[in-house]
Amino acid sequence: MKDNTIFFNKKIYIEETASTVAKKEGEGPLRDYFDNVIEDDRLGQKSYELAEIKMHTATLQLLMNKAKIKQNQVDCVFCGDLMDEIVGCNFTMKNYEIPFMGIYNACATYGEGLILGGISIESGLMNRVICSTSSHFSTAERQYRFPLELGNQRTPLSQWTVTGVGATLLSTNKNRVRMDCATVGRVVDYGVKDANDMGGAMAPAVRETLLSHFKGTGRTPEYYDLILTGDLGNAGSKILKILMREDNYELEGIHNDCGSLIFNAKAQKMEQGGSGAGCSSSVFNGYIYKKMLGERYKKVLLIPTGALLSKTSALQSQSIPAIAHAVSFILEEND
Amino acid sequence: MNQETDKKNKERNDEYLQLLKKEMPKSKHLSTMIRAFIVGGIICCFGQLLTDLYKYWFNKIDIEDIKAFVTLTIIAITAILTGLGVYDKIGAFGGAGSIVPITGFANSVVSASIEHNREGVVLGLCSNMFTVAGPVIVFGISASILVGVVTLIFPGFFM
Repeated sequence: MKDNTIFFNKKIYIEETASTVAKKEGEGPLRDYFDNVIEDDRLGQKSYELAEIKMHTATLQLLMNKAKIKQNQVDCVFCGDLMDEIVGCNFTMKNYEIPFMGIYNACATYGEGLILGGISIESGLMNRVICSTSSHFSTAERQYRFPLELGNQRTPLSQWTVTGVGATLLSTNKNRVRMDCATVGRVVDYGVKDANDMGGAMAPAVRETLLSHFKGTGRTPEYYDLILTGDLGNAGSKILKILMREDNYELEGIHNDCGSLIFNAKAQKMEQGGSGAGCSSSVFNGYIYKKMLGERYKKVLLIPTGALLSKTSALQSQSIPAIAHAVSFILEEND
Repeated sequence: MNQETDKKNKERNDEYLQLLKKEMPKSKHLSTMIRAFIVGGIICCFGQLLTDLYKYWFNKIDIEDIKAFVTLTIIAITAILTGLGVYDKIGAFGGAGSIVPITGFANSVVSASIEHNREGVVLGLCSNMFTVAGPVIVFGISASILVGVVTLIFPGFFM
């Protein structure tokens, strides 16, 4: 491992993907790319927590159905969510007999899952793994912020937690999109204390990961067709570009953000876009993967970003540490 | 982490926070203040309307009781609007204008109760009812005690 970057010498492919989102996301610009759009984000359950569990369970089943495999053909599931004790994933995996490794890196969890899944396959100890994450606006809002019916105002930097699940099936079976390398993020803290400014808190983490990635791979931004961060939001993306310019890297025209893509900022009144563990995974598995298969993007660097604070740390006036994992995907030619 | 790195990091952090201050979108104070003024004003005018109406309808009742009835009516309306899922939209528009009057207190109690209903009556609903409104009660009672003590020592101080 050099400069925190690992190359997968084994050929690890995306065998299949699945994505589910709720009504608001389904009204956004990416609506036609998600496998499933749910009308009622309560899914007829007694609580939103149970709804998120049902959504995650259904998406994993959909993934296996699409790949035409049974659950005993999956070696392990690496998944996480935003609920305390990642209880969403715990209860989701109760419905399956697949070995389970719960993980947590806030909204960067999907990146963590892909890297761990890749390392497991690279080691030869596992053949086929699932990496997924989920998030739900209502479960996140009640846990991190305020009761849903409270009449408070959102700040201009607020992001909307995406209600969605994204799941990826990784294996050595030959396919079109290959995971070729990844840069493991480290915790970065530039002293941002405003718990409403997630974009500002996470941009430095992306910067540090990108610097390590470019050094470790010898690549420049131009190598990629798309450098896609998780949920920096519109303002956070602007800050990232400024930071990278200071390091002589120009991201304009190459960078985009899952949070910015999933909602129409003006029409849906989402100034800073979406966020959440399910944001990067649903956008990547729904929209980006299909675009790669359609050859719109041939080389994508996906960088899910996470703000590693807790309610307690914010109340204790601690600054917000962040992390960003970079995973590189290459489209292989059809032979 | 030695002192040198700490100092460099602090400089870098300060520079970064300056950058954020310069580049990040700021709250539109003028428009939010105007909206707060309008919504707060409407609520207070409505309260006055109720007071005059009750004085006219129940002219034999003491004015202090009338004021209490007005407060109760507004709390009831807020509770119903919160339960119907309408009040959060009023709050999102009005901001402080809807939070500062008694409506804010009522909304915070009802919204917290609805939220935690699923965790049972005692440990869910009742335990969490005042999570948002708690400080209002603490400061309200503390202020009253302070006023009472001062009035005890200096009678007529607050008249």
